[in-house]
Amino acid sequence: MSGLELFNVFILVFLVVAAVIALRVKDLLIASVVFGIYSFLMCLLWAEMGAVDVAFTEAAVGAGVSAVFLIATVFNVKRDSSD
Amino acid sequence: MFGEDGGLLRELLVERFNYCIYVVLLLIGLYAMIAKNNLIKKLIGMSIFQTAIILFYVSLGVKEGASIPIYKPEHDPHGHHAEDHADHKPKDANASSSASADAHDDHHEVQALTDEQTRQYANPLPHVLMLTAIVVGVATLGVALAVVQRIYRAYGTIEEDEVMKAIMEESQGIPSTKGSPKSKKGASKKRKAKKA
Amino acid sequence: MRKLAVAVVVLTGGLLLYAATDFAAWGDPESPASDSDVSKHFIAETGVDTEVPNMVTAVLADYRGFDTMFETVVIFIAGIAILAILKLTGKDATKTPGKRKDEVDDAPDLIVTHTVRLLVPIIQLFAFYVLAHGHVSPGGGFQGGVIMGASFILVALAWDLPRAMDRLSVDRAILLAGVGILIYAGIGLLAMFLGGEFLDYAELSTIFPVSREMARYHAMLGVEIGVAFTVTTVMFAIYASLSSKGRLEGGL
Repeated sequence: MSGLELFNVFILVFLVVAAVIALRVKDLLIASVVFGIYSFLMCLLWAEMGAVDVAFTEAAVGAGVSAVFLIATVFNVKRDSSD
Repeated sequence: MFGEDGGLLRELLVERFNYCIYVVLLLIGLYAMIAKNNLIKKLIGMSIFQTAIILFYVSLGVKEGASIPIYKPEHDPHGHHAEDHADHKPKDANASSSASADAHDDHHEVQALTDEQTRQYANPLPHVLMLTAIVVGVATLGVALAVVQRIYRAYGTIEEDEVMKAIMEESQGIPSTKGSPKSKKGASKKRKAKKA
Repeated sequence: MRKLAVAVVVLTGGLLLYAATDFAAWGDPESPASDSDVSKHFIAETGVDTEVPNMVTAVLADYRGFDTMFETVVIFIAGIAILAILKLTGKDATKTPGKRKDEVDDAPDLIVTHTVRLLVPIIQLFAFYVLAHGHVSPGGGFQGGVIMGASFILVALAWDLPRAMDRLSVDRAILLAGVGILIYAGIGLLAMFLGGEFLDYAELSTIFPVSREMARYHAMLGVEIGVAFTVTTVMFAIYASLSSKGRLEGGL
């Protein structure tokens, strides 16, 4: 298995881990931040797959702006979640 | 297909690991959208679902050993390709008529890529479709978050079951506790205590 | 509910995994998606038709220009919808909003504001670079617009919303979002009035002293600027509404 494939598998596994953490953690602020991490991992994966424009957009939108939107909402509602 | 000893599993896990993970992420998102009680958790699930679909599309555009979908200098009309043609231009100009006085006439010499060269580039079409999907996705996530804030303003909670309960009480004519988030918060704490 | 969810998820997952075994091999250049005439045409002819080295930009703004225009309209509508959903009405509007218990009254942090003061011009310059270089490198109207919008959001985060709204008020933001779509549609209509079809940029060469290919090249930059206007302003308008519960004042 080449280095690039290993990198690919590494990111794919961490993607699933980040997704599960984002959904299981009870603090919504942590969930929003972990979702930002998830988006950034996704962006790395797409850059590795040759989709540079998509990766660029995801870095700006997913890891940046959408995490900010989620955090803004969490601060304006409540931080704890029942599940 | 199922008869081969571990053949299916091997094929899925080794050769199509990307497809495998896209399914897993899609299911995580789908489960969160159905089963999670908190509306923001549902929205995070929705976003995970969405990125899983995008991962699937981008995976389709991958070509083994291909470059990113931006022309290499030798294929670029503005790169070496064009310069080479500029060098050859005097000969061609002599051969052709005086109509080539037009400064942009040499564009006709720009050749389309051959099939062999086409294979050196990843498929740009899925990238384009997904690029706009991401930006539209964040706009729709914003709308959904606005609706969540509106629900919180009206019912004082973002837990699905409590919102449903409040709506049922309202429809049955029982005076609701609308506009008093504190009492609702207390109720949620009690419910948690019961669960524990 | 949870059992039902698990059942649905397992069923869907089984179906999708079963389908995944039938997909073309990983990275196969002969796979139906990559071997289709449309994809091959985009890769082979973009340089001839438009002289744009970045195929993604060319397909986005030219070949699929109609699609992108209405994606931009969707973003514009989302911005308006958020303002409408969170707008305070009735007795909510007259009620003076109480301070949240976690709201701080302190002046903005010195280190943060000084860093942001240094960073924002660089971020905005980078946004212009991304927008203008979308033809030859990754980037374009959507990315440049989001980065530009993020710079305004950063100002609002470091100080408070009024400080950012001095630079770009929400009313003006929505106006500029409309202007962005008008720029896009205007270029398309101009092409139509010059005898081509809607968004057929090559016709612009009849009024500008450039070749048909370069007319498409420059018109793509024009529509990307329109997209960037809409995305910048809508991103900021969404943040302003979401962070202040529609009050459009105060910090986060």
